[in-house]
Amino acid sequence: MATVGFQALHKRYGDTHVLKGIEAQVEDGEYVVLVGPSGCGKSTLLRCVAGLEEISEGQLTIGDRVVNSLAPAERDVAMVFQSYALYPHMTVAENMGFALRVAGRPREEIQARVAEVARMLELEPLLERLPAQMSGGQRQRVAMGRAIVRQPAVFLFDEPLSNLDASLRTHMRVELKRLHQRLGATILHVTHDQVEALTLADRILVLNQGIVQQFGSPRELYDTPANTFVATFIGSPSMNMLRGLPGEEAIVGVRPHDVVLGSGEISATVDVVESLGAEALVHLQLTDGTPMVAQVPEPASVKPGDAVNLAFAKVHRFDPSTERRL
Amino acid sequence: MKRAPSTPIVVLVHVGLVVFTVVALLPVMWVLSMALTPSQAFASGGLPIPTNPSLANFTDVVTTVDEDGTWLFVRQLFNSLIVSASTSLVGLALATTAAYALSRWEMPGKDRAMSAFLITQMFPGVVMAVPLYLLLDEVGLLDTLTGLVLVYATTTVPFSVWTLKGYFDTVPRDLEEAAMLDGANRWQTFAWVILPLARPALAVTGLFSFMSAWNEFILAATLLGDSRSYTLPVVLQRYVSDQGTEWGHFAAGAVIVSIPVVLLFFALQRHFVEGLTAGAVKG
Repeated sequence: MATVGFQALHKRYGDTHVLKGIEAQVEDGEYVVLVGPSGCGKSTLLRCVAGLEEISEGQLTIGDRVVNSLAPAERDVAMVFQSYALYPHMTVAENMGFALRVAGRPREEIQARVAEVARMLELEPLLERLPAQMSGGQRQRVAMGRAIVRQPAVFLFDEPLSNLDASLRTHMRVELKRLHQRLGATILHVTHDQVEALTLADRILVLNQGIVQQFGSPRELYDTPANTFVATFIGSPSMNMLRGLPGEEAIVGVRPHDVVLGSGEISATVDVVESLGAEALVHLQLTDGTPMVAQVPEPASVKPGDAVNLAFAKVHRFDPSTERRL
Repeated sequence: MKRAPSTPIVVLVHVGLVVFTVVALLPVMWVLSMALTPSQAFASGGLPIPTNPSLANFTDVVTTVDEDGTWLFVRQLFNSLIVSASTSLVGLALATTAAYALSRWEMPGKDRAMSAFLITQMFPGVVMAVPLYLLLDEVGLLDTLTGLVLVYATTTVPFSVWTLKGYFDTVPRDLEEAAMLDGANRWQTFAWVILPLARPALAVTGLFSFMSAWNEFILAATLLGDSRSYTLPVVLQRYVSDQGTEWGHFAAGAVIVSIPVVLLFFALQRHFVEGLTAGAVKG
């Protein structure tokens, strides 16, 4: 286990500036999820930690070592790839023991370590199978096992659940959480799925256009987003952003569940009502045409075409020029 | 559901298949028939069925000895096997590493290098015979199997590089990155992860190199002078001379020469169809 530190880290591909001065410190044993839209640089940042991409400028530390110029193998990190990247000609046992074989460990030790991790991940009946003979979920577990066998200082997960179907993803999310509690390992996990981020992370690092937007606990990001980007990116459905409300200079952000229907001074018309079972999403249109969403308990008391008044239980205010939280 | 084809169509298709099979097999049948007929005349006309079949031609070819009593055929068979196997090994060793580098690294002049490889394939062996003769003479490798192996290997490398590069391009890079994170260096990654996956391509290029060397005649006839260093195609040609052609011996020799290639092909064919990268990545 180890800390991971980013100090003014930049990554450029020719003229393209992908990471623009990343500053962050991941604590020992922390589960940090990197989120952001496609192309924001989150996978590049992970690959920089792995040593698969060179760092253009700045410093990367793992534990107390600066690892900028170290080869991937010397960094003591293990990565689970989005594609799993299992060696197709090797059995599950050979895949899991490959790193130890490369390191020249004795056969007995390799077998013992592989058996132990296989027991932990319930992979024992599959040890002699080839990757092609397994389901997506099983391959994912093998990829995880291959990383765990090495006992690395830092685990790197690059969208490890994105190739699984919805139910398996939910199951594996719980497995990941359990694994982290059991191993107490430092984990960096890249995803574009905010539910994954909110449920797994001790802290979330939100990236956009190669810049850290906010680095904090899921609660902090949800309750006190640093800017409009984080406010709209975290939380589903997204926070409503209202500009030019009467008597208000700032951009006003309102979470859908903070919208109260039936009282208040703001008038709106109900556009569409979506029922989600226990609650409903009411899509509204303000008098100036601005769309917004309210999240209300079912049964919803309104129907499309109704005129309603709105009040907000809690608002977030952002500077209209910098879009930062006020 | 698809309807079964009508009877006339089935008959027509089968007639077509029979015609193609006969056209493909007839030359082989003629050679077999001549080899099994105990005469040195060129058999033509009629059906390719041997008259008074015997193995006399095969025995003559296999038991040939020179004036010193050396068993020539075995010596020459050995020469052919050594030259062909060495050509395969040397060619593959050079081509796999070159193709991997060309597949994975960006370097100045990479596309030109690939084109240059292709250009070398445009020149037939006979064009290169004289310069190669002078070159081998200069380095003292004329009339040696080592010289012939070097010449063959250099002529098979371009095709092998193209084939192997195409295959390496399809191997996911994630696998190499995973191996590197697992602590493997470039060479270990290449040897333990990439090469095993490239088995089908290695089988194809290996067989191509082997067959090129096994069948080659012009360069062997030019560069080898001593009958003890001859390869089998050169031996076969010796049955055709100004005084006449020993067609029976020639045909028997041709059948013997083709056997190792057929065996090798059967041994390797499993690899040609194996999709080894299945299951490497998602899906």
